[in-house]
Amino acid sequence: MKTIAALLAMPFALFLVAQATSAQNNSTQGDRVKSAWVLHAVSGAGRPRGYVQYQDYCSMCHGDGPGKPGTMALRAKYKGKEPALLDQRTDLTPDLIKAYVRNGLSIMPIFRKTEISDADLDAIAAYLTRDNKN
Amino acid sequence: MRVPPGVSSEDFSAALQQFEEAVGKEWVFTSDEDLAMYRDAYSPFWGEPDELVASAAVASDGVEQVQKVVRIANAHKIPIYPISTGKNLGYGGSAPVYSGSVVLDLKRMNRIIEVNERNACCLVEPGVSYFDLYRYIQEKGIKLWVDVPDPGWGSPVGNSLDRGGGYLLKQFRNHFDSHCGMEVVLANGEVIRTGMGALPGSQTWQQYKSGFGPWIDGIFSQSNFGVVTKMGFWMLPAPDSYLVGTVTVPHYNDLIPLIDILGYLENTGCTNGMPFFGSPLLARGPLGEGGPVPDAELTALLDRDQGPDPDAMDAYAAKKGIPHWNCTVSFYGGPKANQGNWEFAQEKFSAIPGAKFSFGGAYKLPLAPDVQAKFNLPEFGIPSLQMFSIGARSDTNPTPGNGHIWFSPIIPRTGEAVFEANRVFRQAAKELGLPFPPFSLPTCYWERAFIFLFGFPITHDVETNKKNRAAFKRLVAMAAEHGWGEYRTAPAYQAAVMNTYSFNNHALLHLHETLKDAVDPNGILSAGRYGIWPKHLREGAQA
Repeated sequence: MKTIAALLAMPFALFLVAQATSAQNNSTQGDRVKSAWVLHAVSGAGRPRGYVQYQDYCSMCHGDGPGKPGTMALRAKYKGKEPALLDQRTDLTPDLIKAYVRNGLSIMPIFRKTEISDADLDAIAAYLTRDNKN
Repeated sequence: MRVPPGVSSEDFSAALQQFEEAVGKEWVFTSDEDLAMYRDAYSPFWGEPDELVASAAVASDGVEQVQKVVRIANAHKIPIYPISTGKNLGYGGSAPVYSGSVVLDLKRMNRIIEVNERNACCLVEPGVSYFDLYRYIQEKGIKLWVDVPDPGWGSPVGNSLDRGGGYLLKQFRNHFDSHCGMEVVLANGEVIRTGMGALPGSQTWQQYKSGFGPWIDGIFSQSNFGVVTKMGFWMLPAPDSYLVGTVTVPHYNDLIPLIDILGYLENTGCTNGMPFFGSPLLARGPLGEGGPVPDAELTALLDRDQGPDPDAMDAYAAKKGIPHWNCTVSFYGGPKANQGNWEFAQEKFSAIPGAKFSFGGAYKLPLAPDVQAKFNLPEFGIPSLQMFSIGARSDTNPTPGNGHIWFSPIIPRTGEAVFEANRVFRQAAKELGLPFPPFSLPTCYWERAFIFLFGFPITHDVETNKKNRAAFKRLVAMAAEHGWGEYRTAPAYQAAVMNTYSFNNHALLHLHETLKDAVDPNGILSAGRYGIWPKHLREGAQA
């Protein structure tokens, strides 16, 4: 009986499919997404310049909480001499940050300009050096 | 200016100018500084003359630009190498297989064309990452899950074309199998759509896979026959609840029925989540990760040339009071169905004397944020970068390398094969001077075969990399001698692996080459990818 009921329902189901997919898929259609390695969109309201870009591109590895390999690695490297969280550091320079992003380090790979633009990288560098004394 | 091999400076200059006209000057990269970003960060040839590098990179935005770039390349016979997100680390990054090719970077193609909740499918461009797609469906409140690989910063298109795997139900874990329809730019610049997409005005491109006539989608995966510019995928309607449980069995040889019973449960649809094997005795998981180094007695038992003696292993396990194996099974669906299936699974596993069960919990989905931390997020369709914890610096890994590359043979889904693979690879590792975990358990991405995953460290030390390259190729050959082949590999080893798929004097490779010559007569697309070389490079090109 279940099979017969399913068969009887098919034309209606197929009609729904047709309605749902009637938009054709030309190359310029669709929603552009802002590519980022983050689970939720981040607001920059009231935040320093570069906060959003840092969250978008760096926080999944270098953020706080469990499952963050970058933070784990820096904690093991500095053993408390420097903060494990990059955004608490005050000794990084913009050039050093950019060199790491563009050349990679250890298992951190290289990031191309099509992934992180120069403008976004400038913003990340500004954010991570915002509290530097010099 | 770098120039691709076999191309004159004049031709290349003319092509670069035309590329700039096609995509915009800012999206054609030729400086050494920019091209360094297209190196494979995990290259086993890092810093050596044989490192695979690009002569230029061109970043297209949209299928029309891809067509233009391909036509220009074809006219000037410029080798090009399309990448989607270039994050296929461990199996190759953004560097071309044929050194000196121009990388066609598709990361800017970041459109989600459609996510259809009613039919649980989507259509995306190659630059869309799993993170992007996840965030999109979350922000729109769409009740679908995407099966993500680990790590999740690659693209559904790229990962599927490389035939990667994920963590949800079995019909989604094989990412190429879960695709439905593609759009491809051929070497002459022509666009085709596969499956129902070939029907003008089709309304079922992402609902029915095979269309009419030969179903050719497979030839665009792990190959170099076209540039895939759109791809559809089936998605999982957000399940209602999740249940997880673990069966533990005491004896060494219990792994054999454990795997057989699991196969029955998976293939009859009882358990639908990805299973995971572990060993309490050896403190090992599927990637060799785990606890303390075994004591001398256990090491001696495992080191036996003919493989461990089951009776001796059982005596050791009994003395320690620790069981040999466990398997975690999971269930997605209605809570009552999950509970019933878990009870049935226990009934079946109880055929193994001494089997014990632990209930890991039943959870309403989506998981509450405080519960999420207990789990591996990809098992809930949530992308993560946690996988990099395995190779990153840590207290137990104070001197990390510069990446890793995976040796990943497919072996039969039997306990006997797991034992034999461990015997063979352990012996090989000893001979080749490689680190090898005390015992390696397989990963269960595919429901009909196992995959073994061994991470080869990548360093910036030339001599170490040379030694590891030789060892990798030796392992490929040894695996093939036992009837085990890699499912996927990095550019440095693609020809070597393809060479092992040699039935009837390499008849399959000859067919690949015949197709290659027919669809890409100038051999411009991804020369050498997966061991398939165009005619003019077949002689002497496969080092």
